[in-house]
Amino acid sequence: MNQLVIVPAYNEAEVIRKVLTGLKSQLRKLGEFEIVVVDDGSTDETYQEAKKANVTILRHPINRGLGGALGTGLYYAKQKRAKLVVTFDADGQHDPKDIAKVISPILKREADVVIGSRMMKGAKKIPWDRRVIIWGSNLVTRLLFGVSTTDSQSGFRAFSRKAIQNIRIKTQEMEVSSEIFSEVRRLDLRVAEAPISVIYTPYSRKKGQSNLNAAAVLARLLLRLAR
Amino acid sequence: MSLILIPIQLFLLVFVLFALSRVYLRFREGTITLRTFLFWSGIWVLAILGVLQPQFTTWIARKIGIGRGADAVIYTSLVLLFYLIYRTNVLLENLRHEITELTRKIALEQETRNKKQRTRSKKHGD
Repeated sequence: MNQLVIVPAYNEAEVIRKVLTGLKSQLRKLGEFEIVVVDDGSTDETYQEAKKANVTILRHPINRGLGGALGTGLYYAKQKRAKLVVTFDADGQHDPKDIAKVISPILKREADVVIGSRMMKGAKKIPWDRRVIIWGSNLVTRLLFGVSTTDSQSGFRAFSRKAIQNIRIKTQEMEVSSEIFSEVRRLDLRVAEAPISVIYTPYSRKKGQSNLNAAAVLARLLLRLAR
Repeated sequence: MSLILIPIQLFLLVFVLFALSRVYLRFREGTITLRTFLFWSGIWVLAILGVLQPQFTTWIARKIGIGRGADAVIYTSLVLLFYLIYRTNVLLENLRHEITELTRKIALEQETRNKKQRTRSKKHGD
């Protein structure tokens, strides 16, 4: 199995099983995929719930943040010499039906990194304060890394073998989203975007990146660059 | 040099000697490296000099074009403090990164073990 779906999860016991079931039924139509949950030191029943879905689970003994979890997933993919990786949020905000669209540029060898963008269609559905954050993050991404994207913070992405083998994740938390773009720039990877729908539920809003957090993420990102 | 110390000098002297003793003790038990030991010893010895002989700081201040010795001390301390805070931040960030690497290793090894166990139990037919 050389195609992976990485699902980073931290305290998602409430929804993870449903998300995994949804993923599985869609993936069956798309070929053979291995689902890899990275349980980032959850303190609830996330691990037990994911186990019931009969998927590969990489379990962090302590919480390391989104960057740490994605890094682990990508490292696993690299070891397995995967030819395709999809990252998919565990909180149920993504629609598994969009996977076909997100992986298509990779399968056609048109891109190495595909961003599933929440802003390309139905952006109106995204709460306005969140839209401001996304817009600001896109601006920072363009200023710092010279990559234009409509949704730099999206957790729904696809990576080609070249990207998987070469991208190195060093950040631990939400700034990983920006780090991926700095890697895109460093490695001169081809980027494409695919429109995805977003399912904002009270649950996923509560779990997502909080607005105030954005400033802290930016500060850490700048510290990294200034080192 | 007058041997009568005003209270602030006495207080500072006691504190600096205390700090210096800590540096020596940490070095002796091997917690800090020779470089760190020399750096901090240097800082505290300079501080003792400044406390006992305030003219010394004034002399340096004149040399580098600042009016008063106390000002020179404050400027240098501030620059040093900012730099040390920055260094600490970098160190912390590196530490966090290393912990993540360790966590990753543990997670991957656990998965390999689990996989082996699963294949074994499959072979035994249970």
